[in-house]
Amino acid sequence: MMKNSAEVVIIGGGVVGCAIAYNLAKMGCQDVVVLEKEYLTAGATGRCGAGIRQQWGTEMNCKLSKASMDTFEVLNEMLGYPEDIELKQDGYLILAYEEKEIEQFKKNIALQNSLGIESRLIDPGEARKIVPHLNTEGLLGAAFCGRDGHANPFHVTQAYAEAAKRMGVEIYTYTECRDIEREGDRITAVVTDRGKIKTEKVVNAAGGYSDLIGAMVGLDLPVYSERHQIMVTEPVNPLQGPMVISFYHHFYCQQVPHGAFIMGQGDPNEPKGHNIGHSWQFLQELSGKITGTFPALKKLRVVRQWSGLYNITPDSQPILCEAPEVPGFYMAIGFSGHGFMIAPMTGVVMAELILGKDLSMPVHKLDLGRFDRGELVLEPSVV
Amino acid sequence: MKDDVILCFCEDLTRDEIREAIKKGATSFDELKRLIRCGMGACQGKTCEENIQREIMTITGRKREELPLPRQRPPSVGIYLEDAARGDDDEK
Repeated sequence: MMKNSAEVVIIGGGVVGCAIAYNLAKMGCQDVVVLEKEYLTAGATGRCGAGIRQQWGTEMNCKLSKASMDTFEVLNEMLGYPEDIELKQDGYLILAYEEKEIEQFKKNIALQNSLGIESRLIDPGEARKIVPHLNTEGLLGAAFCGRDGHANPFHVTQAYAEAAKRMGVEIYTYTECRDIEREGDRITAVVTDRGKIKTEKVVNAAGGYSDLIGAMVGLDLPVYSERHQIMVTEPVNPLQGPMVISFYHHFYCQQVPHGAFIMGQGDPNEPKGHNIGHSWQFLQELSGKITGTFPALKKLRVVRQWSGLYNITPDSQPILCEAPEVPGFYMAIGFSGHGFMIAPMTGVVMAELILGKDLSMPVHKLDLGRFDRGELVLEPSVV
Repeated sequence: MKDDVILCFCEDLTRDEIREAIKKGATSFDELKRLIRCGMGACQGKTCEENIQREIMTITGRKREELPLPRQRPPSVGIYLEDAARGDDDEK
């Protein structure tokens, strides 16, 4: 039987929704329901590239990702997870092929270092030492942070979900949010395909579908979704330490602890929308980039390709706030392709925001109003 | 009694490991795949699916026709990166 009322209803069973649920419960608010229309991680979380990095170009993304990395490092213990989140910290190597990239990286690194993130600019020779099979032709340099790396999105989400459930949170999978009811400007209930849940507080953590949830309370949110495709190879013995990414070539490629190489690319011509299909053009294009940059991988077999949605804001930074026009409607949306890696800290600040506590990290710069005020700080480092 | 018969050959998953994950609440092939990797290996579920669906039927009491099929994703067989990069250019 489903509960018919809850203090907080979270829409979205991805890593963000589950991290918020866990933190609410930990802070004493256990009357929480998470709604997920399929199963946990069925959306963007379970489709992402599984990278976690701190090398960002805005203060807020750096702070959120650094605090989240601190949490990933102790997550198994913190959540009492009997399995393993498969943390790997062999770094992120970000390739530069143009002088203007080097200039941008210098700015980013200065910002990162000022916030305690240990990144540095390295020359192609050192990049080759870190990734021996890297083709350095045309490479001008690279940014590197050895504490960046990988975690398994399925296990991270499961770990949060299990810990939340132990504290009394109810997670309803295969339960879709159909509508949000209001009286005046107050929220009164969430309508699902399995019945109604009375509540005054709703959290939009619906990832690629956050615009549809916003529309249920009359908000036209400044976000859109965009398909990003990704593929994986057969597992092989450990070969590549860091995640290697290139903004110039729009690709990323890492070897996960299990042995498979996961790789993806952004397509500047991808139309907006909720399409999560796949294309042979992607397979061909990305395979060309990967075999060019890593010739030693040419005899690796691709076994699967899929895609997921980036939920993108005009400045590529998330929206973390309560909607001013709709009290009780909270948003953790618009992660622009890096929601997984900042989910741990997002969960903390969202729970504090919802419960009216002092924020352990000020996130007022990530409110919805910044777009109207024109106070945008553009994140330059997105694949 | 311990049952260490391997049902997923790509990931070396035993019947016990699969049953444990089903009992934890992963009651479809695609959910199991995300937790324990069955169907993520070289065979992409082609050899293990029937065996694993049968375990789901046994534990959940659901009929075979009620169980969702796993999502099929390309390529249908593993393909070398260098061949994928070449596309069909060499056939023209």
